[in-house]
Amino acid sequence: MKLSEIKELIKAEVLCNEEMLSMETTCAFGSDLMSDVLAFSCRDTILITGLTNIQTIRTAEMLDIKCIIFVRNKRPDESIVELAKEKGMCLLATRHTMFTTCGILYSNGLKGVDME
Amino acid sequence: MEELLSVKYDIESGDFIRGGEASSNLKKLLNQLGIRSDIIKRICVACYEAEMNIVIHSVGGYIEAKIYSDHIEIIAYDYGPGIPNIELAMQEGYSTASDIAREMGFGGGMGLPNIKRSSDEFYIKSEVGKYTEIKIIIYFN
Repeated sequence: MKLSEIKELIKAEVLCNEEMLSMETTCAFGSDLMSDVLAFSCRDTILITGLTNIQTIRTAEMLDIKCIIFVRNKRPDESIVELAKEKGMCLLATRHTMFTTCGILYSNGLKGVDME
Repeated sequence: MEELLSVKYDIESGDFIRGGEASSNLKKLLNQLGIRSDIIKRICVACYEAEMNIVIHSVGGYIEAKIYSDHIEIIAYDYGPGIPNIELAMQEGYSTASDIAREMGFGGGMGLPNIKRSSDEFYIKSEVGKYTEIKIIIYFN
């Protein structure tokens, strides 16, 4: 699924690196717990989270996560957006809750991380 | 085995803003050296968790990475307070992290297990009131 489709489906605002919207992704991981993201994330994952601090960007950086969706209308500070921009990540923000965001994307074909 | 390169980063206790910078710098270096991206990811997860452990749990310490032709050795050393029960600390879900660490997305009790899972070799030793030292080895092939 293209990031541009994700943006439309969850009515998200692009916070930075809009030119990355043509990028494809195959799976998503939703969590506010960064250690779980570090433990279970897979290739080409996007991250869905309500956590907007700098460690969210650092975690994504370590895992080569190229897109983070902030849920519940949470907005990171400008300095955090700047860091994400520098690291080549596309940041999206949606008004939907974590559950609704995941539900919309899952029902449209985006898969979760395979835990088998 | 000849050591090609060695870097050392001091890590400050409680610095959640700069926490992760050492791992970020190491990642840049490994990319420049042309290490495979899946291997870099494992190194970074282990190093970042170890770095955040020092930020969250210790009075301060350092991360030292020694790069050899076929592997990397990372030492994460802190000056205390030490871990009274290492077996317990290694259990998934067990955590003694502060509220501020939890607000930052840590404290899920996955740090040490994540480091071990990402490493080819993992060693930990600690003495209460003195130090904790983690040694990680990850091979490039």
